[in-house]
Amino acid sequence: MTSELNQQEAMELLRTMLLIRRFEEGLIQTQKSGISIGHFHVYIGQECTGAAAIALLEPQDKIATTHRNHGHLLARGADPRRLYAEILGKAAGYNKGKGGTLHATVAGLGFLSTSALVGGAVPLAVGAGFAAKQLGERCVSVGFFGDGVLEEGVFFESLNMASLWKLPVVFMCENNSAGALGQSAGEYPGSTIATKQLIDVVAPFGVPASAVDGGDPRAVRDVTQQALARARNGGGPTFIEARTVRWPGSRPLWPELSTGETDVAFAWEPDRIPMAHRDWFANDGLIRYVRQLFDAKLANTKEILALDATVRADLAKAMRFAIEAPYPDPASALDDVFA
Amino acid sequence: MREITYAEAKVEALRDVMRADRRVCLIGSYFLGLSPRRVLLEDIRKEFPGRVFDPPISEGGVCGLAVGAAMAGLRPIVDVTTASFLFHGFPQVINEAANVRYMSGGQLSAPVVFHILHGLRGGGAAQHSHSPQAMLWNTPGLEIALPASPRDVKGLLAEAVHSDNPTIVVDHARLFEVKGEVPEELFSIPFGRAEVKRNGRDVTIVASSLMVQRALEAAGTAVAEGIDAEVVDLRTLVPLDKQTVLTSIAKTGRLVVVDECHRSCGVAAEIAALAAEEGFSQLKAPVKRVATLDVPVPFSQPLERYIEPTAEKILATIREIMR
Repeated sequence: MTSELNQQEAMELLRTMLLIRRFEEGLIQTQKSGISIGHFHVYIGQECTGAAAIALLEPQDKIATTHRNHGHLLARGADPRRLYAEILGKAAGYNKGKGGTLHATVAGLGFLSTSALVGGAVPLAVGAGFAAKQLGERCVSVGFFGDGVLEEGVFFESLNMASLWKLPVVFMCENNSAGALGQSAGEYPGSTIATKQLIDVVAPFGVPASAVDGGDPRAVRDVTQQALARARNGGGPTFIEARTVRWPGSRPLWPELSTGETDVAFAWEPDRIPMAHRDWFANDGLIRYVRQLFDAKLANTKEILALDATVRADLAKAMRFAIEAPYPDPASALDDVFA
Repeated sequence: MREITYAEAKVEALRDVMRADRRVCLIGSYFLGLSPRRVLLEDIRKEFPGRVFDPPISEGGVCGLAVGAAMAGLRPIVDVTTASFLFHGFPQVINEAANVRYMSGGQLSAPVVFHILHGLRGGGAAQHSHSPQAMLWNTPGLEIALPASPRDVKGLLAEAVHSDNPTIVVDHARLFEVKGEVPEELFSIPFGRAEVKRNGRDVTIVASSLMVQRALEAAGTAVAEGIDAEVVDLRTLVPLDKQTVLTSIAKTGRLVVVDECHRSCGVAAEIAALAAEEGFSQLKAPVKRVATLDVPVPFSQPLERYIEPTAEKILATIREIMR
């Protein structure tokens, strides 16, 4: 069932992962420079999961995501200029500045509402699966959410209905709590759940569940392919737990570029990694993936560096566009309440 | 025109909108509550197998599922049953459905209908007697319809399904036996059009839902005392037909607002504020409110009766404002 990536697909996946990493790094720097974007969440360290899973979706498929949405939107093909513009509250933003980082969404790419409530997006994803089944559309609904969602009651209600009605839904749980220090350390919360592993709470509902290394795009690709095939063939929902180590910059309440800008050359020159960040970069899915490409001779250092330079140049332009873009007309605050 | 009961008109509306649009499905099916007339719904179940769902007791999950389904192309009608149970679904209704259009900058819409049975049904006590329409009204992004007659329930339910916005149909179990003329064919009553249910010269009574029937009863009694009351049925809170209310106040110069919400920050409070801000120069007397008293709803009948807006209380208030 699973297929190996060809060279073009492998490079495209790298491009998406680099796009997300550089997008988020650029955002943190912009915020540090004094441009207000409100409280925000970045996808650094989880790129492999979103990039690999979303690459498998068909155009008609639906996606529900959360406040940690930038990576999902970019992987699905969102224009970084309009996404940055939205995050900066500009009129050119996808949501005309009404959503910001928390609610950025692109309906034209199959995104449902981007809910910034823990658990909010999960029943929406199940609802899109319900609609697909009722309307006889060959469409799968994928809900991306964090491990904290399993602490919310609505998750279980949604899982139950998806299983009872055999809905074409993929529950993509991105568990980024490994290495999280949590509230007691004055930092962002980590998993607070009595179960030993998350997939244990899913099994009694009769939903197939598997846990994978969220930093391994091939592993994510394999389980996602199986889940999508099951959903499309009327087999109902699947639960995937993609485990990643929390990036140190996402441990504090406000993201910080605490490991510095990622240097892709860390992949082939590990001695260049600063001592303090060796543990993190040894686990970083992006660096691991670059090394795999390099080792498998799917790309040489020159090609990888060139790709990275192109991505960075494009994003610098996108950020400039967003910074220079005008704010919305204040009176437009009254628009878009009703259809 | 033929006369049918409110319950029959409501079921007819559900049947007709399902016949007209295959995207419509029912999630939950206690649209007639515990009334013996609930057997009428069996015909819908038979006519539309696969489009009537009996969900688990999961108001949050069910409301959220319906919002997602609506965003993805369905037109679900969710029966939340007793209005008090809607609080379990509030995160999805208030924070997802009401916001999705706005926070996406107009990219998305959630054309979902939530049906609730509000108010005092008799013996419901504190946890089964809420009238959450004022709370809902305090949430921009929701349309709110409150039928008060057989004709209105058919036309407003149809319009709720046609609407591209999330809509709450706030119904009342004590209306089910009301009889009235109802067109045979499927029709819609546009939102935002209040109806003068009774013409009068002396005092305006603004009401909605069951309180319209109570107001009509009080107005009928007041005739014997030489008082000619006008009854305005709001029919929808969002959108609100301010003009019909203000025109009536301009005619009568007196306003009594009847409302089954609790008195503080209820629907009556907002209508009174409207009169104060935009109709003050027309008023000959201070505005009066008849609303449910500000306590949780008690079980015992005399206690329940004591706190609810009755026809007698409305009549007494009419007399007072005419003094």
